[in-house]
Amino acid sequence: MSLNIVVLAKQVPDTRNVGKDAMKADGTINRAALPAIFNPEDLNALEQALRLKEQHPGSTVGLLTMGPPRAGEIIRQGLYRGADTGWLLTDRLFAGADTLATSYALATAIKRMGHVDIVIGGRQAIDGDTAQVGPQVAQKLGLNQVTYAEEILKIEDGKATIRRHIDGGVETVVAPLPVVITVNGSAAPCRPCNAKLVMKYKYATCPMERTGEEPWTALYDERPYLTLNQWSVADIEGDAEQCGLSGSPTKVKTVKNIVFQAKESKTLTGSDADVEGMIKELLDEKIIG
Amino acid sequence: MNNVFVYCEIEATTVAEVSQELLTKGRKLANELGVELHAVVAGTGITGKVENQILPYGVDKLFVFDREGLFPYTSAPHTDILVNLFKEEQPQICLMGATVIGRDLGPRVSSSLTSGLTADCTQLEIGSYDDVKTGKHYDNLLYQIRPAFGGNIVATIVNPDHRPQMATVRSGVMQKALYDGQARGEVVYPDVDKYVPAEAYVVQVIERSVQAAQHNLKGAPIVVAGGYGVGSKEGFDMLFKLAHELHGEVGASRAAVDAGWVDHDRQVGQTGVTVHPKVYIACGISGQIQHIAGMQEAGIIISINTDPDAPINKIADYVIVGSCEEVVPKLIKYYKQNSK
Repeated sequence: MSLNIVVLAKQVPDTRNVGKDAMKADGTINRAALPAIFNPEDLNALEQALRLKEQHPGSTVGLLTMGPPRAGEIIRQGLYRGADTGWLLTDRLFAGADTLATSYALATAIKRMGHVDIVIGGRQAIDGDTAQVGPQVAQKLGLNQVTYAEEILKIEDGKATIRRHIDGGVETVVAPLPVVITVNGSAAPCRPCNAKLVMKYKYATCPMERTGEEPWTALYDERPYLTLNQWSVADIEGDAEQCGLSGSPTKVKTVKNIVFQAKESKTLTGSDADVEGMIKELLDEKIIG
Repeated sequence: MNNVFVYCEIEATTVAEVSQELLTKGRKLANELGVELHAVVAGTGITGKVENQILPYGVDKLFVFDREGLFPYTSAPHTDILVNLFKEEQPQICLMGATVIGRDLGPRVSSSLTSGLTADCTQLEIGSYDDVKTGKHYDNLLYQIRPAFGGNIVATIVNPDHRPQMATVRSGVMQKALYDGQARGEVVYPDVDKYVPAEAYVVQVIERSVQAAQHNLKGAPIVVAGGYGVGSKEGFDMLFKLAHELHGEVGASRAAVDAGWVDHDRQVGQTGVTVHPKVYIACGISGQIQHIAGMQEAGIIISINTDPDAPINKIADYVIVGSCEEVVPKLIKYYKQNSK
């Protein structure tokens, strides 16, 4: 059977490689120091989707992302790897969303797409680490969910057989379609960009990403696939009250750059004398036995 | 009405330690708020086997849902139990472990009830909140405190208008303790079918293998932890040797886990294990807050780093400026020479 697959993907600041310049002197985040990347586990999810597309001819893979216009890059990154299409949810009304408001927007957009067999995304995004959006989208769509997936073993008779990570082990579950799946970082890594697809889609943009001055503007009339779908709250017929800040039950009371209680420390070199001295001190004080 | 609830997770008939840790925390919060602590547990054949693992932590009322199909855990039946129970009971706070189960169940329940959920909290407190936009004042809200943005900031989250206020907490973050005060200890066994429709049991677990933990990182007296500065999988072999000599365990920073040098279950930090060892030896770990949140309560902290200004050095008792490659073998050598 052919499958209609939607991949949830997020553009995130690369919080894994934070240098000393990541925080400004006033304690706020220096976003300029953090490159925007494709959320790593969403790439694992994309790979699972692309494999299903190969195994089930006629299937389509589309990326759904929410963010500012520059998040269109996430859709291009998906197209370069073999996805067929994508949708960018972008609107000021989406801004300030917590996980619940985010899942409302994503679920509402998915409903707008018509029939979908599989919604798949990374387990969590590295800027929030909450792992909440997948299950919340599933609940809002009234679908079953399988989280922490490591591999989709097969899709047969309208059911997905999935191996998933659990605490202390693994389990295999069978879930009827349609289903929402979140993929763990231990799943297979995503394939690299395909050079031909990069050539084909490198000018693909959402209307809001364009200045109108691009030398290749004429291409957008000739090649409709270079215009990516861009949806606002109105486009998905969403309730603005349930989007963004107003749709978020959680409020941030305070944010601080934590300063740990500094200790008086002894600074040593790696010399034999220093290392042995420290070991003797720890043994004498019975800190190590 | 308005009580504090803890969802107790089980493996067969054993209650998870993280749930007991949360019962202890939940008891403190309930006392502060002047309300009761309630617990809920769901499984198969658990009646008579789980009550004594839950009640001694100061539970006033325990709801035991026992029916075929509730173990192994699947999302829908457990969600239905909590959602329908919470509609009746109207709790103000619900806590659950930030485990695979808690992180699957919590968001689904919060979405059903349109209530806010904060994942992986490292502190929970009660306090007041003033909404600057509406000018409204709130007393006795749950402060859900967690590192965010990859651990570079710490945020205090509140849910002013939605109930229950939900939070997940990782294993080891809170400390469990039997309750020495008075608690009612009532146990009820509701009819599961009144809470869970038959069609909820639709996802089947066809195969399952769970192994007891391969190591006891959480309870280890000495932790030798490696970060990106360890440089390779082979570098970690040396840390395992040192940990073996010291009768300790090996931990890791997220960077080392992401690099694939060591198993994910050894990750120390906000999104991993929280440890409270006597000695913590940080090898090539720069010390993002995310990591420090999981080890700052160690007795003695030794940091080995080529960068004398690595953030972790600020909280270290000993800073050895040097590479792990050079220093770790020396630690092994001189420990062997000087210990008996």
